[in-house]
Amino acid sequence: MGMTLAEKILAQKLGHEVRAGDVVICPVDLALVQDGTGTLTFDVIRQLMGKDTLKHPDRAMIVLDHLGPPGRPEYAAMHKRLRDFVKATGCLLAEVGEGISHVLISERYVKPGDVIVGADSHTNTAAGMAAFATGMGSTDTAVAMALGKQWFRVPETMRFELRGRLPVGVSSKDIILHIIGTIGEDGAVYKAMEYDGETIRHLSMDARFTITSMAQECGAKLGLFPSDEETRRWMQRHGREKDWRPLAADPGAAYERLIEIECAALEPLVAVPHTPGNVKQAAEVEKEGIRVDQVFLGTCTNGRLEDLRAAAQILKGRRVAQGTRLLVYPGSRWVYHEALKEGVIQALEAAGAVIGHAACGPCPGMQFGLLSDGEVCMATQNRNFKGRMGNPNSFLYLASPWTAAATAVEGRITDPRRFLA
Amino acid sequence: MVIRGKAWKFGDFISTDLIAAGRYAHLRDNLPEFVKHVLEDADKDFAAAALKGDQTYIVVGGRNFGQGSSREHAARLIKLAGVPVVLAKSFARIFYRNCFNIGMPALTVDTDQIAHGDEVEIDLKHGVVRNRTRQKELATGRIPPVMLTILEEGGVVDYIKKHGDLIFDEARTR
Ligand code: SF4
Repeated sequence: MGMTLAEKILAQKLGHEVRAGDVVICPVDLALVQDGTGTLTFDVIRQLMGKDTLKHPDRAMIVLDHLGPPGRPEYAAMHKRLRDFVKATGCLLAEVGEGISHVLISERYVKPGDVIVGADSHTNTAAGMAAFATGMGSTDTAVAMALGKQWFRVPETMRFELRGRLPVGVSSKDIILHIIGTIGEDGAVYKAMEYDGETIRHLSMDARFTITSMAQECGAKLGLFPSDEETRRWMQRHGREKDWRPLAADPGAAYERLIEIECAALEPLVAVPHTPGNVKQAAEVEKEGIRVDQVFLGTCTNGRLEDLRAAAQILKGRRVAQGTRLLVYPGSRWVYHEALKEGVIQALEAAGAVIGHAACGPCPGMQFGLLSDGEVCMATQNRNFKGRMGNPNSFLYLASPWTAAATAVEGRITDPRRFLA
Repeated sequence: MVIRGKAWKFGDFISTDLIAAGRYAHLRDNLPEFVKHVLEDADKDFAAAALKGDQTYIVVGGRNFGQGSSREHAARLIKLAGVPVVLAKSFARIFYRNCFNIGMPALTVDTDQIAHGDEVEIDLKHGVVRNRTRQKELATGRIPPVMLTILEEGGVVDYIKKHGDLIFDEARTR
């Protein structure tokens, strides 16, 4: 019998067949922590190994993307501990300003067929290039880092068949918001989601990563795309074509559920406070005339080159509305440089944006772009839980870069289509 | 092991942002301070009551308890507040594993059968949850055998130390 993509990756790694429901212990190609989860992870490694040591330091990575440059002395102390750990163990380090872990690793490390874990829930983003990538807690990640392996329950798979071309103004963010709005935030708990269908042939890697990054928002273990020509082109662009190989589910694989999505019928969507599953049409929300204090463009979900380009498409030659501030944090240094070369950063800046460094920025609510009581933010990130952006008395809306850019221009939540016709 | 405590009820979809807020990220290396803010944005009275220490509280959630980020601090703070077990209709994947990894059981039950303040008793060995206030026994979901194995050793670190490696008896992986 054929295997799903999730089953196939684990089976190839282990050298024997696996089935949904099996518990397997599998080698890990890369285990990562970020600066918000790293110190706890290293406490556990010390408990486990008796000292700071790793079996495969070249397969362990620390990314300083949440807390840097430190806005508090406690953050600086955490960074110091993490850098000391790098010195002791020889593991990989991405310094402040290199980018968000999930954007970076897909540019530099991930290969189709890899098994990747991380002490960050959006580690599943890398599944966009047919890797078995999933988020774990600090203790689980410590085990994976220290021993170079981890245990997994092979997940059942829900298959999403995407049909038709996306209409103007509708992006892959709207596909995933539609899915979460339909199946719910616990609609795929512990499952793998697998994407296929004619639509995905027209989805760039940037667009695919937006979808895979939000698997977590419906409770899934990961959401996978096959590795195809588009994956190859993208890896070639990052100088890694030799690491590419095609990888897809087998015909006749057993799926728990099949869901078809008519992409041609989708509209720009907005997730309204306080959950990502609380999804409405942008055109409907626009009628409510919701004034927006802050617009945030970036994150592991929508901080890639195409996302910045999409926002610039609307903002070029226009101005951010009076009384609204626009914050832009590129997903990685590579994204930042390319966007500079293309004039995208300049266009956003000229429109009134504040350009930040390549990092998570305001997304985790720890130090950048915090909101006051009652303030409203439209963000391209993946979650809008109460308090997510640092203040439980603020209101967070989620949408695509197009919708966010149109909202910045109008200063109110706005359907982007009239800017793109 | 039989655990007894008073139910402290929370709603559906309690996120890790509500349990261990991002604005306290500077306390992540200082859990004794951080715990004073556990579940603060879900119920601002919980932390102080739990930390008083004169009463054992059982955290009782609804659907998808612990959803959102991977921050293990969420599970650790609940445990550090003296909570011996978390009950919910369902759990988010990462939070669920985190609980067992640190030696705190998480059990799925129909928490509509438990009201705020009810006296609850949990017999882990037999997988029984009893609502003593309403004199009712509640069916619990099956704990995966691997999780139970890890829990029996007090968490995954102690499990690996005892067995010298991450290895499971074949029978416990079914
Ligand atoms: S951008 Fe946001 S969601 Fe992504 S890793 Fe950073 S904090 Fe997490």
